Amino acid sequence: MSWTTADPMVSLKDVHKSFGELKVLNGVSLDVMKGDVICIIGPSGSGKSTLIRCINALNDIQQGSILVEGQEVNDPKVDKLELRKKVGMVFQQYNLFPHKTALQNVMMAPVRVLKQDKVKVEEVARALIKKVRLEGKENAYPGELSGGQQQRVAIARSLAMQPDVILFDEVTAALDPETVGEVLQTIKDLAEDGMTCILVTHEMAFAREVADHIYFTDRGVIVEHGPPETFFQNAQDPRTKEFLSQIL
Amino acid sequence: MKYETDLPVMLPLKRHQSAPFPGLKSKHILAVALIAIIGPCVAFAQAPSGQESPLTVLLNWAPLLLKGFIFNLIISISAMAFGTAIGAILGLGQISLIAATRHSSWFVTQFFRNAPWLVLLFFAMFLLPFEINVLGFKIPFPDWLKAILGLSLPVMANVSEIVRGAVRSLPSGQWEAAESLAYTRMQTLWLIILPQCVKRMLPPWMNLYSILTMATVLASIVGVSEVMTLTGQALASEGGRPELLAPFYGFVLLLFFIYCYPIARFTVWLEKKYAVIN
Repeated sequence: MSWTTADPMVSLKDVHKSFGELKVLNGVSLDVMKGDVICIIGPSGSGKSTLIRCINALNDIQQGSILVEGQEVNDPKVDKLELRKKVGMVFQQYNLFPHKTALQNVMMAPVRVLKQDKVKVEEVARALIKKVRLEGKENAYPGELSGGQQQRVAIARSLAMQPDVILFDEVTAALDPETVGEVLQTIKDLAEDGMTCILVTHEMAFAREVADHIYFTDRGVIVEHGPPETFFQNAQDPRTKEFLSQIL
Repeated sequence: MKYETDLPVMLPLKRHQSAPFPGLKSKHILAVALIAIIGPCVAFAQAPSGQESPLTVLLNWAPLLLKGFIFNLIISISAMAFGTAIGAILGLGQISLIAATRHSSWFVTQFFRNAPWLVLLFFAMFLLPFEINVLGFKIPFPDWLKAILGLSLPVMANVSEIVRGAVRSLPSGQWEAAESLAYTRMQTLWLIILPQCVKRMLPPWMNLYSILTMATVLASIVGVSEVMTLTGQALASEGGRPELLAPFYGFVLLLFFIYCYPIARFTVWLEKKYAVIN
């Protein structure tokens, strides 16, 4: 059975995950189609980050199925490297390589992992840095950049691998308020370009604006989901209502 | 974990950036010089008339003692090089994903790290053959080579711990970022983790070198002709004049101090420099 774009790009079915005694995911199912932007929201400790970290196998799961382009992730034989070439990830703490410049951070993986030609990669990398609006910062080290700038380099670094889907793990949570906007704008540009994005976020206004679909998680399950308009205006579940009333 | 903050009290303590040898003023140099002079002077005062002054005797022997000291340095550098090479491999073994490699590397490291250096030296001296037979050729295995091997054992174990500690000290986000970009574990280690570790490893590594250099005199106990052995022989051939003890051993102390003190200062400077950046 080969995967086509008519099938979900990422498909989770009844995913269970626990850290020792602590159950973090309790049967989560969701589908993401190509080009979709989905936002996962919910209170702290509800398993949002764990959920997306399972998609690129940074965390393993105990039960259930995760298909990425038809490929089962919950399989000991899965080629994690091939999977991660398709699934990019951006972290809350940026995690840039501090001993490399912005340009080197973006270029390293395509050159070393994908074995692409260095000259071509540099061309692409410079274009990506321009795309995230950091022209002129190519030779800056991460330590010389602001949080927002570092996060945009991290997004460019992820894009350089030409992934089919990118996971965003609370990417604005560690940022100063004044730099949150520039990072969100960058993600919005991506979404408009048709990149498939799965975001864990606390930025409700942003989620409402860019998301095709919103999932609300609490205590390891998806409590409620829907398109942003219905989700924010007609939340049904009391837990969703309570959460939204605290946030909005 | 890094916190973003504007509060001055939450920021890392910024020390004054300075040259490697900030505290070394003329008075310190004077003090060192005094120690170097007082010893011989005291000895001179005790010397019976009619004999060569202790200072003259010392000057006569100084070239030989210096040669011995250079031999100490050669032993220290060789032991450090050898110990670092093996220790680095052992340290990487300690973070291996293969349990057998990890556990055996850990065991070897702990075994040699918790053994007295002198015992390891004796161990190497008396358990290694004085020559090795390779395909009928007899390769001599002199004492000094055994001393290098013996001293490189504790160096190896300490370097192993330095490597393991440095790798462990990096935030796990570096590993995760590399993993999510599809780097293999080897690539992650060589391209991302180890380059960042070198900076962190340098100060403790230099500290270790300093300690090793001072420990090379242990080789005198097992008969290697290094500076302490030569000093003892020089004193014996001068008829064991007690007034010569202070200047001779003072001279040896001074040699080690002149060599090791700058290393210690430079290490402190490096530590400060990197503490501010990280």
